[in-house]
Amino acid sequence: MTAVEEAVEERVRAWAGFRGQAWRNAIDVRGFIQDNYTPYTGDAGFLAGPTERTTALWHALTGLFAEERERGVLDVDARVPSSITSHAPGYIDREREIVVGLQTDAPLKRAIMPQGGLRMVETSLDAYGYELDPAVREIFTKYRKTHNDGVFDAYTEEIKRARKAGIITGLPDAYGRGRIIGDYRRVALYGVDRLVEAKRAERAAIDAVPSTESVIRDREELAEQIRALHELKEMVASYGDDISGPARTAREAVQWLYYAYLAAVKEQNGAAMSLGRTSTFLDVYLQRDLESGALTERDAQELVDDLVIKLRIVRFLRTPAYDQLFSGDPTWVTESIGGIGEDGRPLVAKTSFRFLQTLYNLGPAPEPNLTVLWSPRLPEGFKRFCAKVSVDTSSIQYENDELIRPRFGDDTAIACCVSAMRVGEQTQLFGARVNLAKALLYAINGGRDEVSGEQVGPAHPPLAGDHLDAGEVREAFDRMTDWLARTYVDALNIIHYMHDKYAYERIEMALHDHPVQRLLGCGIAGLSVVADSLSAIEHARVRVVRDGTGLAVDYVVEGEFPRYGNNDDRADAIAVGLVEDFMGKVRRYPAYRDAVHTQSVLTITSNVVYGKHTGNTPDGRRAGEPFAPGANPMNGRDRHGLVAAALSVAKLPYDQARDGISLTASITPSGLGRTAEEQVDNLVGVLDAYTDAGGFHLNANVLNREVLLDAMAHPERYPQLTIRVSGYAVNFVRLTPEQQRDVVDRTFHGSL
Amino acid sequence: MTTEATTAATTAATTAVTTGTIHSWDLATAVDGPGTRFVLFTAGCPLRCLYCHNPETRFARYGRRVTVESVVAEISRYRRFIQVAGGGVTISGGEPLLQPEFTGELLRAVKGLGLHTALDTSGLLGARASDRLLADTDLVLLDIKSWHPATYRRVTGGEVAPTLAFARRLAELGKPMWIRFVLVPGLTDEWDNVEGIASFASTLDSVERVDVLPFHKMGAPKYAAIGLPFELADTPVPDAELVERVRGQFRAHGLQA
Repeated sequence: MTAVEEAVEERVRAWAGFRGQAWRNAIDVRGFIQDNYTPYTGDAGFLAGPTERTTALWHALTGLFAEERERGVLDVDARVPSSITSHAPGYIDREREIVVGLQTDAPLKRAIMPQGGLRMVETSLDAYGYELDPAVREIFTKYRKTHNDGVFDAYTEEIKRARKAGIITGLPDAYGRGRIIGDYRRVALYGVDRLVEAKRAERAAIDAVPSTESVIRDREELAEQIRALHELKEMVASYGDDISGPARTAREAVQWLYYAYLAAVKEQNGAAMSLGRTSTFLDVYLQRDLESGALTERDAQELVDDLVIKLRIVRFLRTPAYDQLFSGDPTWVTESIGGIGEDGRPLVAKTSFRFLQTLYNLGPAPEPNLTVLWSPRLPEGFKRFCAKVSVDTSSIQYENDELIRPRFGDDTAIACCVSAMRVGEQTQLFGARVNLAKALLYAINGGRDEVSGEQVGPAHPPLAGDHLDAGEVREAFDRMTDWLARTYVDALNIIHYMHDKYAYERIEMALHDHPVQRLLGCGIAGLSVVADSLSAIEHARVRVVRDGTGLAVDYVVEGEFPRYGNNDDRADAIAVGLVEDFMGKVRRYPAYRDAVHTQSVLTITSNVVYGKHTGNTPDGRRAGEPFAPGANPMNGRDRHGLVAAALSVAKLPYDQARDGISLTASITPSGLGRTAEEQVDNLVGVLDAYTDAGGFHLNANVLNREVLLDAMAHPERYPQLTIRVSGYAVNFVRLTPEQQRDVVDRTFHGSL
Repeated sequence: MTTEATTAATTAATTAVTTGTIHSWDLATAVDGPGTRFVLFTAGCPLRCLYCHNPETRFARYGRRVTVESVVAEISRYRRFIQVAGGGVTISGGEPLLQPEFTGELLRAVKGLGLHTALDTSGLLGARASDRLLADTDLVLLDIKSWHPATYRRVTGGEVAPTLAFARRLAELGKPMWIRFVLVPGLTDEWDNVEGIASFASTLDSVERVDVLPFHKMGAPKYAAIGLPFELADTPVPDAELVERVRGQFRAHGLQA
């Protein structure tokens, strides 16, 4: 047999028992899933608990977690810049691991990734008492430029001022942008050789096209993608596996998929390194082995548990300032579960349950960021299990499958928190967010910063008069946000140009089709602050307090005004208008590589830091006070309970914020029901109704405030206490004291 | 509004439009009836329960006058949500039967929206509830605050007999009922006091369950806000053991508690 014939034979053997034809001839994971998955409509009764092996492996790590928490990092390799093949194989406990592979040669040992930015690496190392190898410093200062250097060469003075003042924030200009999901399933289904073949074909197709700048760039990128695929094989070979062909068993499918993901997190410290939508795909393999008797349910669960253990220990070296902004040590290994298929069959399989079951078998945890794509049409058994897991662990988030599927299709996954993208076909150019509340204050102050007094935005005459005039404020805000949108898109275009040039995600992009569709992920923070401020200016009277230099530094509200978050259209319409307007403004400015403009209303935990850097606002919020997270109403201003607040949030138009709209809710267990059964019933009902009303995202925390207060006092007793923040979950005890207070102070709905 | 309702209203009010005094409304789950509910708190109550956690709803003067129509319009905005989530509308208070025309018309209108209705009452004014009002009520949340007349008087300042009579009437009508009992250590927790309610409730066929509500002090700041003393400030909340004992007493009478 020739090598080609052999490869074909190997595929035929690996795919024995699978149905369907089209996916065999082209790279088409969705087609494979649709042809082969087994929808599951039953309940959670079949699930297995942890095996002794799983528990022992997990315990081997928990000791290291304590040490890591204490020191900030467990260990760092400050000598070898990370790449797919940079480090020797690493193990937690070689005898016990079913799924192998670590980012470095030891668990929780972090690697340096200077391509994103050398300063970030040095600052991080310095913070934890390590020193960068001088040779690495020399390479990345003398011979190689980083993404960070490139960006600052191209930034304008205006962008730098906006960035420094904190009106444009969190930009991925010093580290990896993330929010790119490689289709890691492809490696398991096809093996690397077939993927290289497909990439060569894509490359051949553009060899015929004239060599313009963009074509040259595409060719170089495809060459890099192919190189990365070869490196993936090499890394895997060091673990003693051959990944050139497709996975032949469920264990191999899990392992191949994880190897591919591992290559990505060895190459990039992206802000969010999400996994995709893998559970129903893996279910096809697990189901085949269960049916043949090669696996038992215990074995199947054990494999999933082992994979999840690996996903829980993904680590990046980041500065304490970054961790302060985003709390804890986030990696956003988001896995999207459930949803309904385009043909109406639920995409729920038994492995969808098995992923959620890890929260019991290993205990609650923020990673992987388990995300359920919710629809009222999901099978009851699955809905009830999700609700039960939420009540018990507060570790999962929900996103509206009925909004996602019609716009993105049914093979869509969430990157990071709320960013939907078609797996393997779309990717995001992540753009963090602008501080809209500050923009409002700039509008009032003619572009001067309310904290520093410096001229940051374009100079306009500041608003005069003792009281704010609604018309004048609107006009000034409109002008200021014009400037903000332009400056923002400018900054993002520069960042992504340089990221592609100096820190290209080779392996992740190798697991996408060419050409890929790019989404420009813009975002806004402070929505409820601005909505309430404009409502106060319109419906009450707002008196301005100015300092000696004429800078407006405080506001006194005289009279009552409707507040966003009470299902009151007078205020909610203002919030809707803000979302629509800013999206419209962003769209006016062309995006790098023809990306499609999107925006999110999401803050994660950065709402605390944004608030800290923003002065008094006309809604009565005091300087330094946190904003509400994401699209939440401000704390304590939602007076009619969670449902009314959720309905306000649900009014924000998803089509003007396709990168997601986040709502975080904390409910006490008794507020959901007297018995566990009732709690599950009621949470399912609320999720159905919120989804039905067009709400996009819900973080459901089911907790008592007393538990959080106790955890603040005795963190050692709560190593795994997990809570959802905007779009993400965190270990509560890893939050800064400020963030902990913010979470505790948030409205706890004693009833929904 | 129906013609009959308007006619009925005219006899009670000077205008043709029935109005009521309400304190506020809320969307709540699992507290005042099954599922997710629109809970309307009417203002004004004839009782002065020592443990009252909404003392501001005792007085009509802290409420505002609204028309039935305006409340129905507000409820309509949640109709779809409530239908999908499962739940309904609860008229609570205050004491809703202090304003029987308003409450009756509202219940009728809510039924007209196709929503489940619940009436949360002490039963003291049960005689004011017409059969038609009860026909528009799917579930009565009946607070029996104590069995012994003396204890009842001490807890509420009122008489228990009308509540018991109302409970019998509801049972005769076959009206589903949830009995609610607030458990306060040293005040309502006496064995016989609980036993009395339990054995009484067990004779009522339409009682679906008994909610034993442990006393809490979350309403304490509200007393300060309206300048009233909170007499139970030093009373402890019941411990889990006591709550279990009392639930056990109800269960021993074949009730779901």
